[in-house]
Amino acid sequence: MTDTPALTTSPKRRGVIRRIVTAIGPQNLSLLAALVVLILIFGTLRPDAFFSTRNLAAILNAIAILGIVAMAQTVVIISGGIDVSVGSIVGLGSIVAATAMLHFDSAFIGILAAVAAGSLAGLVNGLLITKGRVNPIITTLATLAIFQGLSFIVSNGKAIGVLNTSFNWIGSGRIGGVPITVIVFVAIAALMVFFMRATDMGRNIYAIGGNPNAARLAGIRIERYRVGVYVLTGIVCGIAAVLLTARSTSGQPSSGSAGLELEAITAAFLGGCAMAGGRGTIIGTILGVLIIGTLNNGMLLMMVPNFYQLVAKGALLLAAVMIMEFRTGARK
Amino acid sequence: MTTQSPTTNPTRLSFSGVSKSFGVVRALRDVSMDLRPGEILALMGENGAGKSTLLKVMSGVYPADQGQITLDGTLQNFTSPLDARRAGVRVVHQEPDIIPGTTVAENIFVGELPRRAGRFVDWTKLNDDAAQLLTSFRFGQAIDPASPASDLTAAKRQMIEIMRSLRQGLKVLALDEPTSSLSEAEAEDLFALVRQLRDGGVSILYVSHRMNEILGLSDRVAVLRDGAMVGVRPAAELDQAQLISMMVGRTLEDGMRKTRQTAGPVVLEADGLVSPDVRDVSFSIKAGEVLGIAGLIGAGRTELAKTLFGALPRSAGNIRIDGQDTRISEPRDAIRAGLVYVPEERKADGIFAERSVMENASIAILRRISPFRLIQKAEERRIVTDFASRMRVKTPSLEQWIGKLSGGNQQKLMLARWLATQPRVLMLDEPTRGIDVGAKADVYALIDELAKQGAAILLISSELPEILGLSDRILCLQAGRITATLDAATASEESILQAIMPRHV
Repeated sequence: MTDTPALTTSPKRRGVIRRIVTAIGPQNLSLLAALVVLILIFGTLRPDAFFSTRNLAAILNAIAILGIVAMAQTVVIISGGIDVSVGSIVGLGSIVAATAMLHFDSAFIGILAAVAAGSLAGLVNGLLITKGRVNPIITTLATLAIFQGLSFIVSNGKAIGVLNTSFNWIGSGRIGGVPITVIVFVAIAALMVFFMRATDMGRNIYAIGGNPNAARLAGIRIERYRVGVYVLTGIVCGIAAVLLTARSTSGQPSSGSAGLELEAITAAFLGGCAMAGGRGTIIGTILGVLIIGTLNNGMLLMMVPNFYQLVAKGALLLAAVMIMEFRTGARK
Repeated sequence: MTTQSPTTNPTRLSFSGVSKSFGVVRALRDVSMDLRPGEILALMGENGAGKSTLLKVMSGVYPADQGQITLDGTLQNFTSPLDARRAGVRVVHQEPDIIPGTTVAENIFVGELPRRAGRFVDWTKLNDDAAQLLTSFRFGQAIDPASPASDLTAAKRQMIEIMRSLRQGLKVLALDEPTSSLSEAEAEDLFALVRQLRDGGVSILYVSHRMNEILGLSDRVAVLRDGAMVGVRPAAELDQAQLISMMVGRTLEDGMRKTRQTAGPVVLEADGLVSPDVRDVSFSIKAGEVLGIAGLIGAGRTELAKTLFGALPRSAGNIRIDGQDTRISEPRDAIRAGLVYVPEERKADGIFAERSVMENASIAILRRISPFRLIQKAEERRIVTDFASRMRVKTPSLEQWIGKLSGGNQQKLMLARWLATQPRVLMLDEPTRGIDVGAKADVYALIDELAKQGAAILLISSELPEILGLSDRILCLQAGRITATLDAATASEESILQAIMPRHV
């Protein structure tokens, strides 16, 4: 039975363009196209303001926190879950970090406190969903309120100033002209892409989302993974909280973090995630984040009133899901 | 009563030359059959003989590929069960659905509730009508028309479903294994109802495995085998032995096992296993041995394998591997102990349709080839290429989505996935279901080869020739218990069927 190698296996040498396409993923090309179209539109409407170095840097700086949270959201959605509470976790992390630094004037303690608070919040989500058997949307919708409530209780509803200069440097400093926030975003993006593509855990997360029965029968401990992805999301939200706190030099219970879940989920679906799980990529989500960031920036430059922006954001989430469903339908 | 009196036409429902295929599987082949007004025609056949397909074609769930169905001499072309129902053709299943939150009477009269003042439901009249109908079939005592329908047992749901169809003009009533979840007393009530309907002129098509029941109840018996009609005989002329001989006799494919060697030491021992559908099962299997597991659908074959594998909770019993007690509480434990399970439901329990051939094949060994959690991709490619070509998988590349491959290639990849773990005991659940003939032959050759190399194989199959042709010993299961352990050398389809068919009424 060994004589017929009926497989063609060796990947052929490809051109540079083909290799770039493979790296981005052919399914993400339409996203890239959409991004280019957006840039052209806003570039034409406000050529003076849009293409300035300051503005492009502002876009990147603005999406760093969203990008970090959206990538974690992507991992949760791929595993078949969803986390609506991410914005509240960031808010909680921010308050906890600022409070910790009121007592210990140490950037290290501040970072540790934010990450610990985030991972604890993620653990609560994960355990409620697996052991408590509560639906992920319901669980995280409830903890969205609970975590935000906790932040208000701890902070008495007010921002808490942070005076630690080395901590605040994270939010405003630059290395080689690149804002630290952007560096953190890029580093986490690289880690995430690596995690999902090169480790057995990333593979298993795709498997669990794609077919949980089959994953269990293949020997994967799916409950552990389910808890794990929420803890991972909590940790990442803790890091986002550090960036947010450092940037505003204060612990913020909701400003800057409330509403993050909407944009993070929108980015993930724009990037090709499916509600059912098992599908989506980190690269796709990053493109989704860039699209959202460009749209937000463009609307700002066009002086679209804030209220209208909210309508546009909601519409974008619906459009993302509809496009996704349409594509899936066409394939089946 | 809305049933018609027997017409002058001697046949009520007639199948002529009906065929139906699903891909490579020919579920019905040129089936012709007449159902007369006012008779009970029993339909028998092994698992997969085509009974369910016949019911589904009859009631408009599937269109026939070829052939004609006529009702009272008129050609029918039902496109949905609703269509068939309107014409008076109705299939009642084992546990019919009821409308939750409604009463028995509402379920019977759904769609034509009596009204008062044009719009309000006349509850008094509704309950009276229902009570009257129930009483006319002697269920006036047993079923309260005003009680919630969701409290009813399976037996009573069947009755309600039948009552409902009577309201809508019933000509042909098909009952699919109606007594499988009924007590003896409930079954007697059902038989009385069926006889009463027959005497009222309804044609009954009665599908069952229970031979005593069929011989006692029906007027004629039709037997399907491999999708073809073997024959229709008056029940009075038949006995159990004759029925079984009509059902069996499928052609045995040659050369399934080339070698049968003396088996090695005992590898796996199961002792007193109990789980929801497995009742006190004990057996052992030796290295190089193929142990066939025969049983009807619902006998607990898959459940037995899944219990061993740790995928179903076990409430009692021990599993020993190489004489050592082995703790198996989840599939991972079983896999680590060298006990693996290739599931019957490939789509639901096996494949990750939107992932590549490579990822599908390597998932069970992924941890082993990922030191520090980093997948060694070259190693992965080497192993998958090796096993996939041994299984003669045909795929454009290892990056292809597995969902795009044929069922046969998917099944071979499932086997490759588990062979890559180098198991001691391989449990195969219907390994040839829904795959083409060529792929079947490859699977047979693989089983032979693996047994020769000393693997212990537990083979679940509904195809008796397959079980007979591949196994060394055969465990016969019925209702979760072992009813016989047969030596394959002396076993026959008859002796297996004797052991797996329910004895009691």
